[in-house]
This record gives sequence, C-alpha cells and structure tokens, in this order.
Amino acid sequence: MTNWQGIWIVAEQWWGELKQVSFELLGRARRLADKLGTPLGGVLLGHHVEKAAKELIYHGADQVYVVDHPSLAQFDSDVYAGCLERLIREKRPAIVIAAATTTGRTLMPMVAARLRTGLTADCTELDIEEETGLLLQTRPAIGGNVMATIKTPNHRPQMATVRPRSHPPAPRDPSRVGEVIRVDFPEETFKSRFQFLGFEKLDEETVKIEDADVVVCAGRGLGKPDNVRWVKELAKLLGGAVGASRPVVEQGWLPYPCQVGLSGKTVSPKLYIACGVSGAIQHLAGMRDSRFIIAINKDPRAQIFKVADLGIVGDVNEILPRLVRRLREIKGNFGE
Amino acid sequence: MRILIAIKYVPDTDHIRIDETTGTMVREGIPGIINPLDLYAVEEALCLKEKWGGELVALSMGPPQAEAALREALAMGVDQAFLLTDRAFAGADTWATAYTLSRAIEKLSPFDLILCGERATDGETGQVGPELGAMLGLPVITYVSQIVDLFPPSNGKPGLICCRRLTEEGYQVLKAPLPALLTVVKEINEPRLPTFAGKLRSRRATITHLALGDLGLNPEEVGLAGSPTRVVKVFYPSLNRDTMLINAPPEKAVEEIISFLQIRGLL
Repeated sequence: MTNWQGIWIVAEQWWGELKQVSFELLGRARRLADKLGTPLGGVLLGHHVEKAAKELIYHGADQVYVVDHPSLAQFDSDVYAGCLERLIREKRPAIVIAAATTTGRTLMPMVAARLRTGLTADCTELDIEEETGLLLQTRPAIGGNVMATIKTPNHRPQMATVRPRSHPPAPRDPSRVGEVIRVDFPEETFKSRFQFLGFEKLDEETVKIEDADVVVCAGRGLGKPDNVRWVKELAKLLGGAVGASRPVVEQGWLPYPCQVGLSGKTVSPKLYIACGVSGAIQHLAGMRDSRFIIAINKDPRAQIFKVADLGIVGDVNEILPRLVRRLREIKGNFGE
Repeated sequence: MRILIAIKYVPDTDHIRIDETTGTMVREGIPGIINPLDLYAVEEALCLKEKWGGELVALSMGPPQAEAALREALAMGVDQAFLLTDRAFAGADTWATAYTLSRAIEKLSPFDLILCGERATDGETGQVGPELGAMLGLPVITYVSQIVDLFPPSNGKPGLICCRRLTEEGYQVLKAPLPALLTVVKEINEPRLPTFAGKLRSRRATITHLALGDLGLNPEEVGLAGSPTRVVKVFYPSLNRDTMLINAPPEKAVEEIISFLQIRGLL
C-alpha cells in the first residue's frame, strides 16, 4: 500500500477551457496534499490543452499529467476511462478525486470498477484521518437528510467525486512553478466504440444551473406558465439561471434540465430564490446547501421556509413584478 | 431483443417525514418501492419491446421484501424477474453491488441492452450503472435522454444504438454497438401506470431467487466483505436555518428582499 503515493485531481475542460470546478478541486486537494505532505497532481485529458495545463499549476498543482489526443476532444467513456485507468496503474496515486459532474460521475465509477477499488459519490467534505492518513469522504444521502463519512482502508487508490461549488476555487498565482508531464500511450488506448454525431447546446436560459451563482426557481405557486417570465426576468437581473420544481417541469412550463431536486439537479449557488415553491423534501434535497436562500410563498407553513434565511409570506405573483421593477431601478442607478 | 433492467428497492421518500424538533428523518414504517428513477428504464424497455419484440428481464439485489420492487416492474409489463438475495450480500457498497449484479447478468445472458435508472433516490450515488457496464466490458452511455434510433442485431451483424445524452452544456448525440449499458434520465419518457391485468399477472408471477451459491461466488467477494469502502460514521445535519419570516404587503416585502441582498453583497 505504501507504494501508492500522492493525491490527484482529474481536471475538467470544455474545448480546451478549464471548467471552474477544476479550480475548486485544486483548492480542496491542495489542503489535503499539504496535510499529507505529498505532491498534488493534476490529470488533464483533452485535445489542445497546453494552456490549461499551465493554469492547473498556477492554481496549485505540482505536476500535471497531460494526455492530448483528438479522441479526447469531447467526453468519450471508452477513451477517458481507458486513459485514466492506465495512468493510475502506471503512476499509482494514493488518492484520486474528480468532480461530481456528468463526466466525473461516469468516468470515476468505470475506472474504480476496473481497479477494484472504492469510490464515494458526490462528497461535500474531504479530510485526512490523523492516525492513518486515510481519506475521509463525507457525503449526503437520502436527500441530504443523512450524512455519512466513508473511507477506503485497504484498496488503492482511494477515489471520490466532489460536488461542484462545495469548495471555493484555488486562487491563481502565475509565479507558481510545476511540471507538465506529457504522457504518450499506444494508439490502441484511444480506440473507441462510440461515434459522435453532434452536440446540441442548451439554450442560454437553461444552461448550467449547476454552475450559476444565483438560481431563481419557479414553483407551482406561479399559477400559470405566463408568470414564469418574472422568474426569468429576475434571474437575468441577478445574473443567474432559472430553476424549476418538479410540478413546473411536469406541466411543461420549463424543460427538464432546469429541474432542481432528487429527480433533477443538485445545486448550491450563493443565492437561491424559491418562487412559489412549497418545498417538498425531494426539492429541498436539491438546494438546501445553497449559501443564502430566499423563499416566497403564500403558505406560512410551507416546508421551504424551514431551509430559508429569508422567508416572505405573500403572493409570489404580486411580489415578483415589483421586485423586478425595483431591481431595474437600482441597477439603472448604477448605470448598467 | 433481450433487455435487462436493473432495479433497486428503496424507501418511499414521499413518506419520509422530518422530525420537527430534532431535524432528523423518521424512517419507521416507511414502505419500500421501486426506485422512482428506475421506472423510466422500465418504460423505455417496454417501448423497445413494443417496437422490436423480445423479452424483458428485471433484476434486483436486496432482502426478500425487494420482491415488491420487481413486482411493480412485472405489473408494468416486464416478462421475468430475478432477485439476488442472500445474507452474504448485505452491506454491499456500489462496487460489490455492481460485481454481484455483473455475475448474475453473465449467468442470465445474452442481452442486447442493459438499462438502469440514473441513480437511486436513497443512496443517490449513480455509480452502480457505470460500474456494472465497466465490469461487463460494455459501452457505457449515461444520462440518456432519448434513444434516437436502434437497429437490433441481424444476420450476425451487431446491433446499433443511437442516443442523446444530457450533459451540463447540452446534449451529446452518439452511436454505439450493441450490447451496451445505458443509464436513463427522467426526460426520456413518461412511465405508464400498471393495468389491472398487469397487476394481477404480477401478483401471480414467480420471482426467481438467486443466492451466493447459484452465482458461484465466494462470501468474501460480496456484501460488506467484498466492499472496498467502509462507513465510518453517520450523522444528521441540522436542516433548519434561522429563518427571518416576513409577513408584509408586497412593497414592504420587496424592500426586505432588497436589503437582504444588499447587506450580503449579493447585488
């Protein structure tokens, strides 16, 4: 077990641009690496990612392992899992963490399965156990009603995916130095059974609610689809994204990628505004870790108020248009 | 087409209550159901069968009560169901679960397609699907929101599947040879309700139980013994915040929101 050393993060990039979550992983892992006194490695799989490799070093990596190949341009579970598995077998890191995104949550289980090791999903906290140096992985389950701390005592590497936005990103320091290691694998490593036919980008409104600093969520209390425009308007003014409760998606007022909750997405933005959302336990599961929560609901006993910092008892359809008007005034005063 | 659907038996979250004073979950007397996200996998399998014919097999691992989840699948129209149940399977993490399922699938094979829900509503890991796919050596397509096209295998030519998968940035459209393993998201379909005849048939159906020995497995490779992970502790986070509750006319309420945002630097 002692020949497994160091901690790695698996960076995520989108056409050569690092995603924010990569810096969050570095921020989290840097602290763990310092605690263990081991180097922090970054894994970068992609195509034309030279610039991104340097950025990982500026944000805290000591070494960056780069596998650059056209087959890695977009996520391909065959090739990504093949490369990560191979890299881990060759370099033997003690800990590998990745983001709990659609990519990380596909790639990491595939690799853990083949390496016959433990993997903990969607952790919100990571730490090192003093006596053993083992990775302590804490995650919510059953809609965040239970937290469990998990470890992998006898298998290596110890693997975990980490919930995006559960840690601040590492600061950038362009004076940091580190080593970029280009890794060459034989061509068969890049063979895929998949053929990619296209990519349909989500439209602006629905894009990336997981990444948004502000999420304004539409609930059934809006009463009719037309009122969703106030939610959209508010989100726009706050530079945020539009979320939706399950009934709103089921009635077709907003598309499924907007859905927050147990059967949709888990978000933890800086600010979450629940508009006419009752707060079913399944919904709370998807948003209760937000930094600040404002809830607007007619019913003073609505469950949503239990997790809110500010609860407004009132008709969301009377409040939202006024709030939008007030915000426009305020923003206008600042010449925006 | 022969399709396998992997199913989990979970506590019904619609019935989970939070104890008002302690903020902890009340689990007593919670009925078990089929994982709600697995219904989409069952529905998709039923649609494929309607189009291409064939046989649908549901597979689950759990205590004998987990039969209830399989009976829900049978009531919807699945043909056959198997339950992996043995004391030795208890306490399995995702690796050991996927491993046990993979060995059962090898025994029950061949299959053209394996369908899973995106994740279960209790553990919420979403790991068993991709782990299972990797163990079986199949192409793995996660977060499938639509099966765009499917060509079953014919005359020795392998089948082909074309899917849309939902990612953070948008939909990736891709093609893979069959057999393949898919995890599906809610967007893919609208699960049907079981018919009365379906329920009746399900009640009478025999669910085959498979134990450790039936799968040729050793006790140390399954259940807790076969699990690489260990739970160190479990605790209940406090749900409640210090809520400032405002009951005021709209204009006043708006000012409260504005000042809340301004004080916290959110504007």
